[in-house]
Amino acid sequence: MADRAYLDHAATTPMLAEARAAWVAQSQRVGNPSSLHTAGRAARRVVEESREAIAADLRCRPSSVVFTAGGTEADNLAVKGLFWGRRDAVGARRVLASSIEHHAVLDPVEWLADHQQAEVAWLPVDERGRIDLASLETELAEPSGVALCTVMWANNEIGTVQPVARIAEMCRAAGVPFHTDAVQALGFLPMDLTAVGADAVTISSHKIGGPFGVGALVLDPAAKVVPVLHGGGQEREVRSGTLDAAGIAGFAVAVAHAVAGQRERAAHVLALRERLIAGIRATVPDARLNGDPGTGAEERLPGNVHLSFPGCEGDLLLMLLDAAGIDCSTGSACTAGIPEPSHVLLAMGADPALARSSLRFSLGGTSTEADVDAVLAALPGAVERARRAGTLAHRAG
Amino acid sequence: MRVVAAMSGGVDSSVAAARLVDAGHDVVGIHLALSRKSSSGRGCCTLDDARDARRVADMLGIAFYVWDLSEQFAADVVDDFLAEYRSGRTPNPCMRCNERIKFAAVLDRAVALGFDAVATGHYARVVPGTGGPELHRAVDAAKDQSYVLGVLGVEQLGRTILPLGGDLKGEVRAEAARRGLLVAAKPDSHDICFIPDGDTAAFLRSRLGDQPGDIVDERTGTVVATHSGAYAFTIGQRRGLGITVATEDAQPRYVVGIDIDARTVSVGPPALLDVDVAEGIRPTWAGPAVGESPVELAAQVRAHAEPVAASARLVDERLVVEFHTPIRGLAPGQSMVLYDGTRVVGSATVDATHRMRVA
Ligand SMILES: Cc1ncc(COP(=O)(O)O)c(C=O)c1O
Repeated sequence: MADRAYLDHAATTPMLAEARAAWVAQSQRVGNPSSLHTAGRAARRVVEESREAIAADLRCRPSSVVFTAGGTEADNLAVKGLFWGRRDAVGARRVLASSIEHHAVLDPVEWLADHQQAEVAWLPVDERGRIDLASLETELAEPSGVALCTVMWANNEIGTVQPVARIAEMCRAAGVPFHTDAVQALGFLPMDLTAVGADAVTISSHKIGGPFGVGALVLDPAAKVVPVLHGGGQEREVRSGTLDAAGIAGFAVAVAHAVAGQRERAAHVLALRERLIAGIRATVPDARLNGDPGTGAEERLPGNVHLSFPGCEGDLLLMLLDAAGIDCSTGSACTAGIPEPSHVLLAMGADPALARSSLRFSLGGTSTEADVDAVLAALPGAVERARRAGTLAHRAG
Repeated sequence: MRVVAAMSGGVDSSVAAARLVDAGHDVVGIHLALSRKSSSGRGCCTLDDARDARRVADMLGIAFYVWDLSEQFAADVVDDFLAEYRSGRTPNPCMRCNERIKFAAVLDRAVALGFDAVATGHYARVVPGTGGPELHRAVDAAKDQSYVLGVLGVEQLGRTILPLGGDLKGEVRAEAARRGLLVAAKPDSHDICFIPDGDTAAFLRSRLGDQPGDIVDERTGTVVATHSGAYAFTIGQRRGLGITVATEDAQPRYVVGIDIDARTVSVGPPALLDVDVAEGIRPTWAGPAVGESPVELAAQVRAHAEPVAASARLVDERLVVEFHTPIRGLAPGQSMVLYDGTRVVGSATVDATHRMRVA
């Protein structure tokens, strides 16, 4: 695999050596963090030191860090937990959610609508994928019925960054709990959670070089949240399950690294991204960049390149690039390997054919110019072949 | 060679793919998603099957993708199936799928993407001949699937690899087990994949609606029963007619005619089913075409029917086949595949049938 080019850092990124070391070191020690004896206390200490370190890095209170088994669980806890909490407290049933959320938010919201009598207002986005603040304002005009608002910090497919501080402020003024999924933003955008002031923020370890299956919901201790997982009540009675001290230790190291190296990493991947986009524009002139073309931290994730190749099916391009030694993604979710036309692109007004012709390259700290150049070398031929195959499909269909 | 191995998740296509890998080909596994209903259960394209195919590909260390051909399958196979039944014919959807999907859409796409061939786990042999590749019956006569591949042309055969044509089914299963493939014990699928419960009549009724009418005795003209849709019957069908009145000749009654417009199904004694001549449309050729002068061949009209000696000739682009012994129960819509010994000569879809002797 050494000579392959990995451009799918938004899916997951290589584990950092330092994070692995911390993870392995703790995994060699016995001890349940909830146990009262010496071994348990030692594990507990690792967990609490990790919590404090993460809180310091993200500028929030340690008591607000609720460890989970990953981003998906944290999103579920935020969406369902805040909904149930507000429903029980004030009878609110309305959920405001951007129409481009990750499935880890989207599906819980839809589940609440289908099974818990939630009413959903999907907040529209513009053609760059940015939320329409005017419609949010309208929705917040009657805040008493609103259970929560959830808008992701930065989108995993197209990289568009949302004005989360502004949204948090609007929600705060209306007294509506606000959750943001910051899984893709962490490590690439400046992140000061005190300044942003959201009630709940999701982060995930494996997206920033930590181990899989660990994450956190940074949750305002004052927020009323009903648990999703019931049991031992390990995390402030909000989340149950024996804590993974080793995973958490690795996660904390990864967060420290993500935050400390954020500026440098952003500049590094931004330069590569501009090189990749310029190179693709030169060889495949009709490729379309989706999302916000801007280079600022309020505009687009610096490592995200999301393009449509008219006439090509994204999954065929992916397959051809895979055969050419390049790992990338169509960016959208799939069911048993069948790509769905991306709800994100559809929400941005793209037609389904264009949505299916998309490819996402996502860069990370370990990306190199050689990775970019490998894509530039392989892509024109792949596009030509996929286009030929695409015309056939249309003819035969 | 760069080969697309069509992997259904079953035993045969898994072993076929494994052998291609062993032979040193550059193999990519492709599972065809032919239906978007992601329910599990029986049928040939469920989520479980996709997962099984992926597991086998992982074990073989080959790349694996799912190609979503559900729209094309719905249009070219399922809609065609319904349209054929709606017009009183009896189609073979598996042949249609081979003709339009597996060895057309998939093959064309594979070639456009830079592959040389498509491989499947069908039991039949592609053999190099003097005039190009030839399609022959499998060595395992009980498993032979050359009939359902009878619609392939020479160009398609040139890009088709069938690694299992020389094997007995039992050997293939044993090989799957020896290779440690988890699918070794999986049962074969027999049903039409988009009708997993096997109840074709119910499927047709749900799609085509109730169209009640009479079941009439062909000889006497009397109404012997009623039905809820003439399309759900097949020429030669005996069971499920619901006839309770006794026939005067004490012979069982078979469906001998379907008139969709009049909503009438006619039944008669078995002698009325005998067909001496069939006319076929849309002929395909797996080698040199039959011309206007008659050629002595064997004709097979169903996947597991015995071939019958026949002479075949082309009249105004219609393939006219005279059977030397009558065929009992041959419905418009069925495919006739012509053989010269073990070699497939070509195929056509039955459009009309005739009886020489009036019974
Ligand atoms: C925006 C976003 N939210 C949530 C998740 C889910 O996180 P995890 O993989 O830790 O469950 C992902 C990862 O795919 C993501 O990109």
